[in-house]
Amino acid sequence: MSAGLYAVLATATEGAGPSGVSDYIAQASYLVASILFILGLRSLTRPADARLGMQQAAFGMLFAVIGTLLNHEIITYQWIIIGLVIGAAAGYPMAMKIQMTAMPQFIAFSHAFGAIAATLVGIVEYRHAYGAAGDALQPGLSHGTAAALGFEVLFGALTVTGSFMAFGKLQELITGRPITFKGQNALNLLLMAVAFGSFSWLVMHPEAAWAFYAMVGLALFLGISMVLPIGGGDMPVVVSLLNSYAGLAAAATGFAIGNNVLIIAGALEGAGGFILSMMMSKAMNRSFGNVIFGAFGAAPTSSAKKDGVAKESKTISTEDAALQMAYAGSVVIIPGYGMAVAQAQHVCRELMELIEKKGGDVKYAIHPVAGRMPGHLNVILSEAGIDYGTLLTDVDDANRVLQTADVAIIIGANDIVNPDAEEDKGSPLYGMPIFRPWTAKTCYVIKRGKGTGFSGVENPLFFRDNTLMLYGDAKSVLGSLVKEVKALDEGH
Amino acid sequence: MTQIFQLYVFILAGFIGFFVISKVPPLLHTPLMSATNAISGISLVGAIVAAGGQYGKVSTILGFIAVICAATNVTAGFLITDRMLAMFGGPKKTDGAK
Repeated sequence: MSAGLYAVLATATEGAGPSGVSDYIAQASYLVASILFILGLRSLTRPADARLGMQQAAFGMLFAVIGTLLNHEIITYQWIIIGLVIGAAAGYPMAMKIQMTAMPQFIAFSHAFGAIAATLVGIVEYRHAYGAAGDALQPGLSHGTAAALGFEVLFGALTVTGSFMAFGKLQELITGRPITFKGQNALNLLLMAVAFGSFSWLVMHPEAAWAFYAMVGLALFLGISMVLPIGGGDMPVVVSLLNSYAGLAAAATGFAIGNNVLIIAGALEGAGGFILSMMMSKAMNRSFGNVIFGAFGAAPTSSAKKDGVAKESKTISTEDAALQMAYAGSVVIIPGYGMAVAQAQHVCRELMELIEKKGGDVKYAIHPVAGRMPGHLNVILSEAGIDYGTLLTDVDDANRVLQTADVAIIIGANDIVNPDAEEDKGSPLYGMPIFRPWTAKTCYVIKRGKGTGFSGVENPLFFRDNTLMLYGDAKSVLGSLVKEVKALDEGH
Repeated sequence: MTQIFQLYVFILAGFIGFFVISKVPPLLHTPLMSATNAISGISLVGAIVAAGGQYGKVSTILGFIAVICAATNVTAGFLITDRMLAMFGGPKKTDGAK
């Protein structure tokens, strides 16, 4: 890592061709910011240090902004100051009020905003070179700068509409189900081809403003049409991918305006989003290529009624379930997005505490794709005051614990506990790493209704001998379990 | 030559990002995403130059909007990251970690 840092050091001062003391100060502030950003991300590898590290990264951002304000190119400050004040005033209440369950849509929204900024800066830069009459004109762009601007608006515009679409789906302003139509992939490929054609033309002929603006328009449209066919359960991949694109847009901005801190910050986010989308697609057993080309929304719609025989699952009353849970030695809770929707995390902690008081050991098994973004359920449970030491985030670890567990409780999860993923080669879920709650002595499933999971696939787990169903809203089922366990105590 | 140097910076930073971020535990994946999101709000720097440089009226307006969006991104991004990280890693919580 130090070799990289030295290289960054060596090149940071070359970048913009400093032409005065203020520029040296600006460059120094960018260097400090870059280092603090990297250290901030590194601090995230240790939960105990993470907060301080990211606070330092925020100071890095402050340095970079102050350094920029000293830039000799800046002549008027009024719009900058007003913009900063509005932005800060809008961002503060948003960040302080948002619920952890709504984190994915919040991040999508935030991506969109960052991407709007990158796209607009790209347009301003282009206008700066080939502006309308009356604007200050510079000599034309080099092919390299044209390419950078092209990338900037391509990724920027794509991220803007893609993120707004993802936001709409997550917020349920648009249906969470995949929206597909005939020839969709062909249309997307055509759009990509035309956008790429415009991009190539722009690089060869930087003065071709039509190509530049056509690209912006196409990318805006592509963002919509690429997210349209993607369903709610696939959102962790989409949000990660948009994260990566937003980073690439910022990095391209850095190339276009000759600013290293943008390149570095953009590369960091690009890498982060890339890693997360790879991890998520692996956790769903989809190839990365499949993810990149957006074909991953085509969720199987077959109801997969294999043997035609209507099997019956066994149900249990909360009273009986509570009795067994209360005296279990080891309990593993497997939460899914259904828990977040029902806001059941607080009452789940109550149940956990009651079981622990009776000497039971409670752990949570968190699947990488549980929830609507990477790590989503971890923050939801932590917000409810659940110790992160009890969260098992590795599928293999969790399965080892499940083997010796007395009770597994599945709350609002479905596909991540579907045994077909291991046993039925014909299943669309086949190959996905899953939890094996059936290896516990008894497996309770808290589920809203008898429907299938997101993927539309029947779950044979519900018909296993040691599986007992508790139908109902997760919050109210857990609430009555808590009441029953408490009643046990009073009975003694 | 400048662009070659920029490419150097981009690739090396990408490597650093890759190696550092690969080690972030799944526990902190959501804060990781909001953190990188906040950091890439550094586009604010470009927006400031666009809004404050004398590039003409339209450019100033576009730059002004860009400053608002980027400043929102930065403020919200760092604050929400801090809020989430405050839930992890507190001294009372680490006791329970194995």
